[in-house]
Amino acid sequence: MDVLLSGFSILAQWQVIVALFIGSIGGVIIGALPGVGAAVAIAILLPATFSFEPIVGLTLLLGIYGSSMYGGAIPAILINTPGTAVNALTTYDGYPMTKRGLGHRALSLAYSASFFGGIFSILCLMVLSPVLALIAPHFGSREIFLAAFMGILLVVLAHRGQTFAAAMLAAFGLFLNTVGLEPVKYTRRFTFDQSWLSSGIDLIVVVLGLFAISQALLLLLESDHAPEKADVQGNLFSGLKELLGLKRIATVSSSIGVIMGMIPGVGEFTSQFLSYTYAQKTSKTPEKFGDGSEEGLVASEAANNAVPGAAMIPLLALGIPGEALTAMMLSVFYVHNVIPGPQLFENQMDFVMALYMALILLNVIVLVFLLFSTNILLKVIQIPTRFLGIMILTLAFVGVYSLRNSITDCALAAGFGVFGLILKRLDLPVVPIILGMVLGGIMEVKLRSAMARVQTPFDFIDRPIAMILFIMILLIVAAHIRTLIFEYKNKLRPQPTTVAVDADHPNQQG
Amino acid sequence: MLTKTLQDLFKRYRRPGDIVFAVVFLLFSLFLLSQLGEQTQVVNRTKWFAQPSLWPRIAIYCMVVFAILHMVSSAVSPRIPGRWPEVIFWLRSLEYVAYFLIYVIMVPWIGYLPSTVLFAVFLAIRVGFRNKTTLMAAVAFGVVVPVIFRAGLQVRVPAGAVYEYLPDSIRIFFLTNL
Repeated sequence: MDVLLSGFSILAQWQVIVALFIGSIGGVIIGALPGVGAAVAIAILLPATFSFEPIVGLTLLLGIYGSSMYGGAIPAILINTPGTAVNALTTYDGYPMTKRGLGHRALSLAYSASFFGGIFSILCLMVLSPVLALIAPHFGSREIFLAAFMGILLVVLAHRGQTFAAAMLAAFGLFLNTVGLEPVKYTRRFTFDQSWLSSGIDLIVVVLGLFAISQALLLLLESDHAPEKADVQGNLFSGLKELLGLKRIATVSSSIGVIMGMIPGVGEFTSQFLSYTYAQKTSKTPEKFGDGSEEGLVASEAANNAVPGAAMIPLLALGIPGEALTAMMLSVFYVHNVIPGPQLFENQMDFVMALYMALILLNVIVLVFLLFSTNILLKVIQIPTRFLGIMILTLAFVGVYSLRNSITDCALAAGFGVFGLILKRLDLPVVPIILGMVLGGIMEVKLRSAMARVQTPFDFIDRPIAMILFIMILLIVAAHIRTLIFEYKNKLRPQPTTVAVDADHPNQQG
Repeated sequence: MLTKTLQDLFKRYRRPGDIVFAVVFLLFSLFLLSQLGEQTQVVNRTKWFAQPSLWPRIAIYCMVVFAILHMVSSAVSPRIPGRWPEVIFWLRSLEYVAYFLIYVIMVPWIGYLPSTVLFAVFLAIRVGFRNKTTLMAAVAFGVVVPVIFRAGLQVRVPAGAVYEYLPDSIRIFFLTNL
């Protein structure tokens, strides 16, 4: 109870409340704009948050992260263009409902399901926190090394049909992290006698290049494409009541979202597909899926909104980010010398509680905002995509330049921007590079400290959690090989040929 | 027979230009591999896990191996026409990179506010906006961004050198906020 009150007092500062409002409402708008997405916004705002208190900066970023998917559902349902990539499945059932004149009902259901998923995941985390506080201190260097290694492995294997590309890009991220002056022996690594490489390649520079500048370049180069005009007539509150009749689907989908959110590298896509499949298989009317099924809509929205809360688990408990957005948030912790990991749960449980309460509040703010201002939001998103490109490129400057006032950083970020553009055009993943950089750094440090007490290879896994993690790694690899053999025998190669919802602008969907 | 087996093993979805990227990335990885001895050091009386060259070595070997596998999978996958138009599309982005870098260089000279307004308006004209409303929106955006970030959030962006020549009454305000 004391921890809860203490967390509440941290949250009750005016700066935190302002950050929460700006983050939540800004996140909805950003999510609703096809072609922007939470990653771009967080990358741009990241350096600005370094001057804030950690709780203020994190609340702002969490607000954007947690609310962008709410916003992404609006264009997905009304104009068949998902605002963020993770709302793609929402178009399957949301848009057919709009075509039948039920757009308001679809939106209302989507908001309600998203709210349910968001709150469900945070409640799960609050219940799980004492357990995490007990388990987290048992994570020493070797356990964190193994968990980080498992994170990279999962990120690579999660990219079905692109495993080699994901692995080579994760290795590239690992390499980028090693460039510069090595911190223990002070030797230079891949600096090519260039002084600007001695201090290494900053994660923020890479993130801004790969996410923000690349997206700006794409928007500027591809044909202009303003979202169509749309309007919603009708009661947006009806979905709250309607959701009660679909509570089984909402609960199971949210649970899938929580579980998938906790596993590094898996995230929203898998949770959405699993819950959608579950909903279809258990439905009395499976034929309606893809043609305006309320159950399909609820399954997709509840699952993807349950992920952000759950994704904070590996970040807060172990200091291991599971995807790009939490990797960016990790840098906010580091800048303020708040090291996420076992000690955070032991010593700063009130801080963790404040974050959880901020997540609950942001869901409430977003739901209220959307119920009353969806039509205003629909006018805001009429921005031509090329103008959005101008906005992102201009904002990217302040993100990079404010780090160290370095023109070299800007040039490097622009270079990564071109690299990101090529990857996006080729449909190759960007996230493994970021996770390779972050997890590579963690692995290097943790291996060095773990090996100091290891005499034989078996010593590395002689503690229970290390052994469990090692067995999990073996099982993941074995399961992947088994799937490959099965696919090879049955000629069922994965073909990620799903046509983008807007095939003319495949890269303008967040 | 071998080709068929390779295709079954490695076939995947491939966008135009994939093979160009695969080859360039492999060449880059091989270049890094060739520099491994020169650009990293082996430190005496230090165990293998603490060697500064360990992680670059792991990263580059993985890059080379997976870049080869990626290239093989690209070579055996069905090709979609449009390789060189796609490469030209990538190269066209360099034009905007050049504008961006000019903007970056301009900021310490003419200041964050004027350079942002100029950059936003120039880009708007360059991408084809001609109507007054959009150009005014570009000006407004160019003003709002420096006001929010420099005056509001006090983000570290240096003041423009030309601000020194402003009249005393507004010079300090410009130097501090815009």
